[in-house]
Amino acid sequence: MSDRVPVLKIGQVLLVSIQVDLEDQIVLDLQDDLAERIVATGANGVVIDITALEIVDSFVGRMLANTAAISRMLDAETVVVGMRPAVAITLVELGLSLGGVRTALTLEKGLALLERDRTARTGRP
Amino acid sequence: MAVERASERLVELLTRDGAVQEQWVAAVAASLGGRISRAELERELSDLYQALLQALDKGGLDWQDEAYSEVRALLVELSRSRARHGFTPTETAVSVFAGKDVLEPTADSTAEDTAAYLQLARLFDALGLFTIEAYARTREEIISAQAEQLLELSTPVVKLWEGVVAVPLVGTLDSARTQVVMEKLLQSLVDSESEHAIIDITGVPAVDTEVAQHLLKTVVAARLMGAECTISGIRPQIAQTLVALGVQFGDIVTKATLADALRHVLQHSGAALPSGGDR
Repeated sequence: MSDRVPVLKIGQVLLVSIQVDLEDQIVLDLQDDLAERIVATGANGVVIDITALEIVDSFVGRMLANTAAISRMLDAETVVVGMRPAVAITLVELGLSLGGVRTALTLEKGLALLERDRTARTGRP
Repeated sequence: MAVERASERLVELLTRDGAVQEQWVAAVAASLGGRISRAELERELSDLYQALLQALDKGGLDWQDEAYSEVRALLVELSRSRARHGFTPTETAVSVFAGKDVLEPTADSTAEDTAAYLQLARLFDALGLFTIEAYARTREEIISAQAEQLLELSTPVVKLWEGVVAVPLVGTLDSARTQVVMEKLLQSLVDSESEHAIIDITGVPAVDTEVAQHLLKTVVAARLMGAECTISGIRPQIAQTLVALGVQFGDIVTKATLADALRHVLQHSGAALPSGGDR
């Protein structure tokens, strides 16, 4: 059985911290898990932490964009946090600008971003 | 054997009246025009002269021979010091070739002497070329060392404000330099947790499509990491060039000066500004 990436719930936010090398099957499983968890928990925010991710390919890049699109369809905003410079450069060189995916430097800033969004949307903290 | 006789004869010629070395030094000193001290020149050339005599004594006129290793080492040292002191290739080679001129056969030289001289001339030519090669190698080493230093010196990332870093770019941008700038800037964003970066290109004399492309990539990469990039210091000519080239910065914020960029970033991040700064 392959590894699965855990999806953790913090308040109204789901946290996905990627700590393993992303093989294609793991990525597909993660997409399934995440979509199910969003529906099950009614979360309105997703933070994908890729601080530990050192290597990306175009598949992972597309996965990030897809996941964001799926989450948005389920009314959850996605923020990708902790991208390393080397990873960012690789994605740019691959021609993937991850349009539609929001990003933040750190997990803390990512959570703050979602918080601000929610406040702006609902008009209450 | 002919070669042995020739080299023996050459040793005789070189030591004939003890004046050869002196004339050699004099000839070189005249061509260098006093830019190197007489004493130093004498030391260099007497070392070379002695080494050459020894090599000839051991026999052989092949400059690649083991016997000539001392001569070659001295020549490398000589051309290195010439290259460092900014002498031209000609001025370097003359140190070797002058030795040949000193021994030039006169009308009353015997046929044997002339034959020996021709052998020597061939040897000196080879040594001269070797000198130039060493000279060029040294120059290249100097150039590549300088290029490396320039690369390190020219890309400082400075912190302008809490959460704002800037890279003032100075000098011509090429792919290698832009790559270094890109990596340094992105790394400093991570290290300082800054959400805003300003790339200032006031000091860049020319921007072509390639450089513009690199700048765009840097901005997009910074965005991927969750930081905003502003480009400032675009001079009028550069703006005209970029438009003429059809480069579009899209939704990337560009400002005329670094001050404008900083003001924009601070307003954007909601920091308190001193009054009177409306713009």
